[in-house]
Amino acid sequence: MSYTPLVLSRYTLVNALGRGAGASLEALRASRSGLRENDYAPAPLPTWIGRVDGIEEEPVSGVLAPYDCRNNRLARIGLEQDGFAAAVAAARARHGAARIGLFLGTSTSGIEETEQAYAGRDDNGALPAGYRYRQTQNPYSLGDFCRQYLGLSGPAMVIATACSSSAKVFAAASRYLAAGLCDAAVVGGVDSLCQNTLYGFNSLELVSTERCRPWDVARNGINIGEGAGFALLERAAEAGGQVALLGYGESSDAWHMSTPHPAGEGALAAMRQALARAGLEPAAVDYINLHGTATPSNDRSEDRAVTSLFGSATPCSSTKGWTGHTLGAAGITEAIFAALAIEHGFMPHSLHTVAIEPGLEAGILLAPREQSVNVAMSNSFGFGGSNCSLVLGRVGA
Amino acid sequence: MSQTLQVGLKGVGLVGPGLENWGQAEAVLRGDQRYQAAPLPALKPQQLPPNERRRTTQLIKLAIQAAGEAQQHSGIDAAELACVFASAEGDSWIVDRLCEALCLPQKPVSPTQFLNSVHNAPAGYWGIAAKAQRFSTSIAAGSASFAAGLLEAAAYVAAEGEPVLLVAYDVALPQPLAPFGDSHAPFAAALVLTTAKEPGLLAQLRFDASAEVSSRALCGELAALCRDNAAAEALRLLLLLARAESGAVRLGYHDNSELTLALQC
Repeated sequence: MSYTPLVLSRYTLVNALGRGAGASLEALRASRSGLRENDYAPAPLPTWIGRVDGIEEEPVSGVLAPYDCRNNRLARIGLEQDGFAAAVAAARARHGAARIGLFLGTSTSGIEETEQAYAGRDDNGALPAGYRYRQTQNPYSLGDFCRQYLGLSGPAMVIATACSSSAKVFAAASRYLAAGLCDAAVVGGVDSLCQNTLYGFNSLELVSTERCRPWDVARNGINIGEGAGFALLERAAEAGGQVALLGYGESSDAWHMSTPHPAGEGALAAMRQALARAGLEPAAVDYINLHGTATPSNDRSEDRAVTSLFGSATPCSSTKGWTGHTLGAAGITEAIFAALAIEHGFMPHSLHTVAIEPGLEAGILLAPREQSVNVAMSNSFGFGGSNCSLVLGRVGA
Repeated sequence: MSQTLQVGLKGVGLVGPGLENWGQAEAVLRGDQRYQAAPLPALKPQQLPPNERRRTTQLIKLAIQAAGEAQQHSGIDAAELACVFASAEGDSWIVDRLCEALCLPQKPVSPTQFLNSVHNAPAGYWGIAAKAQRFSTSIAAGSASFAAGLLEAAAYVAAEGEPVLLVAYDVALPQPLAPFGDSHAPFAAALVLTTAKEPGLLAQLRFDASAEVSSRALCGELAALCRDNAAAEALRLLLLLARAESGAVRLGYHDNSELTLALQC
């Protein structure tokens, strides 16, 4: 299982911590959470959310105005941070627009638009004439929008495997490059607040009324967040970044639609595969960014999987207490958190976690740590038993 | 696009209006039987236990029925197959139900419907039924969804050398969404893809922009089905397979571009 690392030659993030990867870095180091008491008016549930400020005031305009919806607004805001769109334009000049693939993850696309359209139906039940299904609600609308925004004409698709979506984009991009279908790739993920996820997770009794506390004995569910993240992946020789994707692993629980395998078998298989592809032993991993949603069963299952492979010594944390669970954007968000940890030599802790549940044995960080990180793992697991684990490391290390 | 990506075709499954399975579709495509559009046959995917069948939706049953047929046709153990599920629209009927519920004061969202609303619900149910623990993905690429699924599956075979079950499926959008979208008929096709060296292949498939495109065309009604369902694009390929004719077909991709796929029987 040999794998040629791909460099993250540019990356960017937008989430409740702010706009740009620097805002996330600053908040992670300062232990400043982005969670707030739920003020998303369409779904006034008693919970905390990770909301991005200002989306309402920044519609998509110009020729792409038909794509205007909360999800594509968030995508556009993301593409404009950290010089990302400009870096893609430069890559387009290097590789050609047709040779850059686009692989994006989302779980709910622009469904907020459909929620509003249903609320605005006329007496005959017809949706408002201005409603644009293809450009907003359709699962590919995010890919369609970003492909046009970035001026790309290579292979493109959206991966929608719930909360592992934007981790799996790294694996898909890797295979497309290996098969010669493209020479570089834009990967990423975007998910935005909507009634469906808030009321949906609430119907499953998985939404916490407090700030989420991964691994804590009193943890009682997730906080929903929104976010966008993008990375430009290129082969090492032609890229300027400091962090590379060293390996990935993908597996299926084949167990239950919403509950992970109790012993974390699927998660374990994904982590093992990612390490094997990277050619690394578990001991080489300096930090693990857990999926860590803070539901009782998810954390317990992941704890079993992580400790059976790494024991209790490897420092790990869930960063859901900073951003909330950004669902289809969680994979890219946390892969980039891992990249920030490597680039800046620090490990974020599990914010809001106070007392670890007895019996859980992973090496959860309860305080931030300034320490060099050469190799980091990021886990993402989703409904349907979809697991993805990524290993990132310093270029040339 | 790559000039060299090549895979083997080991099994086919199909369900569509007036098309109960691949065997019947093969007869229609070969010209032995006239195509008669009819409502979708009753879906009873044997892979799902009866209680699960009741809980799942038409889209999930449609995908799993085609998947099961292709898997059995291939003779490969279901647990050994990696999976690529491709759907342009996802479960639009559940989107309708959920958005309907959100218009009511109590917001009575059904937990089962919410779970089934994820794009990878069909892949999840298939994985549980088949005990398939390998790679599985669920993708969307608009009207290019069949070609994108085929590329993803072929790239996986090329990278890992393992067999993949590709399932492409969509149902007609319900009212009131129908006037705003592109999917207006139900259809599912499933292909089991392996390395090109696998024994007992039905055909070899090769992405090859320079291949000569066959002049064989679908009948008007089946060509219309391709316009009404992104997955039905598979029929262009299956037409040559049914007739055991080697040749190339064009599959719709993004921005009205096409991928040329050569089939060698």
